[in-house]
Amino acid sequence: MNFAKVFVPGDSAAVSVGADDVVAEITRLAKAADIQIEIVRNGTRGVFWLEPLVEVQVGEKRIGYGPIKGDDVAGLFEAQFLKGGSHELCIGNVEDLPWLAKQDRVTFRRVGLNDPLSMSDYEAHGGLIGLRRALKLSGEEIVAEVLESGLRGRGGAGFPAGIKWRTVLDAQSDLKYLCCNADEGDSGTFADRILIEGDPFTLIEGMAIAAIAVGATQGIVYTRSEYPTAIAKLNAAIAIACEHGLLGKNILGSNFEFNLKVRSGAGSYVCGEETAMLESIEGKRGVVRSKPPLPAISGLFGKPTVINNVLTFSSVPAIISEGASAYKSRGVGRSLGTQVFQLGGNVKCGGIVETGFGITLGELVSGYGGGTLTGKPIKAVQIGGPLGAYFSPKNFDLSMDYESLLAAGGMLGHGGVVIFDTEVDLAIQAKFAMEFCAIESCGKCTPCRLGSTRGAETIQEIIEGHNVAANKKLLLDLCEVMTDGSLCAMGGLTPMPVKSAMINFPGDFENRSAVTK
Amino acid sequence: MKYATWSKSAGLAVLEPFRDEPGPVLISLQALQREFGYIPAEAVAIVANFFNVSRADVHGVLTFYEDLSSSPPLPNEIHVCIAEACQAVGSRSLEKALKLAHGEQVRDVFCFGNCALGPAAMVNGVLIGRATPEKIAAAMK
Repeated sequence: MNFAKVFVPGDSAAVSVGADDVVAEITRLAKAADIQIEIVRNGTRGVFWLEPLVEVQVGEKRIGYGPIKGDDVAGLFEAQFLKGGSHELCIGNVEDLPWLAKQDRVTFRRVGLNDPLSMSDYEAHGGLIGLRRALKLSGEEIVAEVLESGLRGRGGAGFPAGIKWRTVLDAQSDLKYLCCNADEGDSGTFADRILIEGDPFTLIEGMAIAAIAVGATQGIVYTRSEYPTAIAKLNAAIAIACEHGLLGKNILGSNFEFNLKVRSGAGSYVCGEETAMLESIEGKRGVVRSKPPLPAISGLFGKPTVINNVLTFSSVPAIISEGASAYKSRGVGRSLGTQVFQLGGNVKCGGIVETGFGITLGELVSGYGGGTLTGKPIKAVQIGGPLGAYFSPKNFDLSMDYESLLAAGGMLGHGGVVIFDTEVDLAIQAKFAMEFCAIESCGKCTPCRLGSTRGAETIQEIIEGHNVAANKKLLLDLCEVMTDGSLCAMGGLTPMPVKSAMINFPGDFENRSAVTK
Repeated sequence: MKYATWSKSAGLAVLEPFRDEPGPVLISLQALQREFGYIPAEAVAIVANFFNVSRADVHGVLTFYEDLSSSPPLPNEIHVCIAEACQAVGSRSLEKALKLAHGEQVRDVFCFGNCALGPAAMVNGVLIGRATPEKIAAAMK
């Protein structure tokens, strides 16, 4: 029997706007009309303004309807949506949606297509080709391929993954670890979560390839506790991967052993810093470590450890299955491959945009984003999370790659792009950056621990119009101390949103007494 | 969320699976929190003895992490995101309204990864996108 196949995302973002209600309503009405259907809870396509996005398989096409609320479902049945019938919320064949069709999805190629926990769907869409190829290569060859691809750490630091892997490969030890950083704490970023919820086998495959390459036998995915659905999905996926021999003693019948488990964070932002994450996995306070030694030499429990972000590991299966040259044919300069951008905040069409590096900021926020949700003009865009720079529409020609953003006083970070309309006050945002640092600082080094509190106080003085010129000078001096004197990126990068706000939005730091009481 | 009632023996039963876990303190405190909704003061010494670490180590971990609480849970756990992406769509005024209405049951969180559907909130473990005071009230007990 061929039942009509209906897809409704099980992703937590889709569920947060009512996907479960839609499923309940479709099930109820189908039963009442005695129509047999199969409902697949796929991952999200990352097209969030259309969520919950209901898709129906019609021949080769997937006809989409969105955003659908529970109340809309009866109308869908009336419009014969199971046959792809027309309806005011119908968007046609989902893959032809220009927003998706223009993208170049590599790491995210399978996200949103199928049941994330179906191994047969995973293999049918190109899964496991990379792992099978890796098993025929030496560790050196895998590392060389990753190095050749130009893949850099997608967590934010942009360090070449292949160099890190080579260091661990060359390290002599009875035990080596892989740690996947899924502590995606940056506001405006959600790609790790969506990938884990929507295509967890890709992450598992990428980690298995890395384990084979460097000789690691133990892997840990450190996932933030704010992502309960992702943790549950990943645990389920690991169990299925073990059943299929992707993990465990003999990976796909080979002599390689790799075991993987999930550790949950506990609500600390700084635990996304790699050494604080190691401390946290060891069960301690998430206090950063001094480097050296590098984690690649002495990491988790003092053993050589590869630490990469979810997107870094998840890019590896494509690189190994299709070769380094295919991957590095995308991108610009030394930023090779694709970046998974995330559009959030006050944005009309927010979501996941994966494309080669080098797209301009304007194409992202105006082209894909379609402007603000409120309809007011865009005033500011923050790139790269809470420690990233604020840019204005004057910077819309900026090329989105590691080097260009650095040269412009910003950073790519984890690829989050947060849009603000004209209501935003950049002095308040700058103060928030300092307050955030004060709350989340691990407290180990003075510039971060004390500087953040002093910074927030100084910006408050500026906001209230006290000694503005002198306080601005003091603030810049403090920023310099924090940048140069902090132990890790938490204190070291907090000045970035502050200084960029002062430089790109000088008006918000002048004549404050007029606007505040 | 339904929590068990704390007792020393119930606490020890929760710790048992972590006996051979490397670096057990955080993961066992998380397990206690899940089981009882909080970590009672007397649990600190019990955890320290069980894993042969100092009470200072356990206290240090307990006080470092936002998720871990030393006081019993309130009727509702309302977490509202106040990070930048949600600020851009009015989370600060939502936060104010919620705190006014529901007091200490409301806690600030930095990011749920729902940044394209903000403001985001979580009520008793259920994530809510495009959150409003009405949606949140409807999800409360």
